[in-house]
Amino acid sequence: MYYRAKKVITLIVIHAFLLSVALSCIFPFLWMMNVSFKSPQEFNADYGLKLARHLNLENYKEVIFKAGFLRYFLNSVFYTFITVVLIVFIASLAAYAFSRLKFPAKNVIFYMFLAAMMIPLPAGFVPVYILLKQLHLLNRTGYVLAMTNMGLSLSIYLLKTFFDQLSRDLEDAARIDGCNKIRIWWHVGIPLVAPALSVVVIFNALNVWNEFVLASLMFTNNNIMPLQVGLMEFSNRMVTQHTLIMAALTVAALPIILLYIKMQKQFVRGLTAGAVVG
Amino acid sequence: MKDKAVNFSFIVPALVIFTLFWIYPFFYTFILAFQENDLISAPKFIGLSNFRLVFTSGDWWSSMYNGGFITLWALTFQNILALTLALAVDRVIRLRKFYKVVFFILPVLSEIIIGLLMKQFLVSEPVGRDVFNHLLNSVGLGFLAHDWLGTAHVRMITAIVHCWKGFGWAFIIFLAGLQSIPEQLYEAARIDGAGAWHCFTKITMPLLMPVVTLVVVLTILGTMQAFAMILALTGGAGGLTTVPVMVIYDHLRHNIAGLAAAEGLVLGVILVAVSFTMFFISKKIREKYGVLPG
Repeated sequence: MYYRAKKVITLIVIHAFLLSVALSCIFPFLWMMNVSFKSPQEFNADYGLKLARHLNLENYKEVIFKAGFLRYFLNSVFYTFITVVLIVFIASLAAYAFSRLKFPAKNVIFYMFLAAMMIPLPAGFVPVYILLKQLHLLNRTGYVLAMTNMGLSLSIYLLKTFFDQLSRDLEDAARIDGCNKIRIWWHVGIPLVAPALSVVVIFNALNVWNEFVLASLMFTNNNIMPLQVGLMEFSNRMVTQHTLIMAALTVAALPIILLYIKMQKQFVRGLTAGAVVG
Repeated sequence: MKDKAVNFSFIVPALVIFTLFWIYPFFYTFILAFQENDLISAPKFIGLSNFRLVFTSGDWWSSMYNGGFITLWALTFQNILALTLALAVDRVIRLRKFYKVVFFILPVLSEIIIGLLMKQFLVSEPVGRDVFNHLLNSVGLGFLAHDWLGTAHVRMITAIVHCWKGFGWAFIIFLAGLQSIPEQLYEAARIDGAGAWHCFTKITMPLLMPVVTLVVVLTILGTMQAFAMILALTGGAGGLTTVPVMVIYDHLRHNIAGLAAAEGLVLGVILVAVSFTMFFISKKIREKYGVLPG
């Protein structure tokens, strides 16, 4: 009886601790959404600590249609989509070659990609920014190319190690049937690495979606700004418009939270992929 | 011969982008660091002047101090919290999935969102509405109210928000490490009469050492290069929360590119040295505990 009681009390203490930390993670976002439905007067009266009575969408209308967040959002979707597609093609081609094909200096080049993952470059954005400026590529194209490079090394590494673990039987069969290498990569290789591709896609999509430094240096024009830069610029301009800022933050955060809840496993694997290398 | 050329063509797209955006910038940084380069007029070579400026600059070293301060918080507070949470979640059965999902929300979201949201939550009048203090008041903890982003507390609060954003990531890695420890080891130890504390110090910690080292190194690398969240939260707070990358970013914005590159090199060399030392130390520790590497 005594041991049972002790066990129950221990469990209660553990859950109380875990729940209080969980609450600290959730509460700010509930507060954010709550405030986004309030008028400035309501917010001034209760600091957003009382539940909004009705879903007042004025702030959202203002932010999405007048403050340009629809455009920022679509820009981010565009950059993320194009970059991820480029990385998936370029990285899976290279990973397939590193795993399966013979060519000169193969190992040296592969170790170069590995080194790029290991060496910290805290000021990496300085020379990249200057390079893009010299090439007159301080635009969408330049940004997508630079972001493609950022995810390339890790993606090649992940896909190469995945290819290494696969049996070559299917590829051999395809070769005997007269498939050339490109068709084998596309029809056999890509379907086989699909599980690893989902990690590559999530890792890179979040990386581009959340990127701020390079985008803020490159884009001064509102029309091509991604969401993170738009948020920063908006909050600097509208310092005291708390309810509008909350609606803007919700527009940026909620889709990611929902997507994450829908696909937790892939998100966790995508975000911890970098740690696996070490 | 033709075969090799076809094979090589598979890596050409990757190699082109990599050469243009990694290899070239990497070596260009070393040139840039020795130049006076304002991005407009022709660059001038000025020897070691940029480095002299970095080593004697109070702003740079105070940003290194701030970065180091936040890193110490992340190494201790964030990682101990993450490990404690992982040990706790490893013991419970109910709600385990819920905890895992909730703790990982913050690492998924962008630094800008976290920084701006916490700014709105914490900042006092006239910029903000002091929401957190009102919340403390309404639950009877009004005596804890402070000017959180004022000069007295801003550095510590920045460190805590950084830890809050990052602990879920360390938690997930620790939890994966804990779950990879075979259950039989604990069973055998319990049969031999080992208590919970003994199990923790003799089984869990030694076997977790590789994971701990990994988290420590990645925490140092990540925190010393932190930037966007702090920019969104405090904007530097007049030097109290400027971090190294913020200084580099500012210098590039003001077209002092040579100095920015030199600062980046100094920080990069320090980080490489730190992570090598850490891996060396962890190898020694693992040898001492007799745990196989890997």
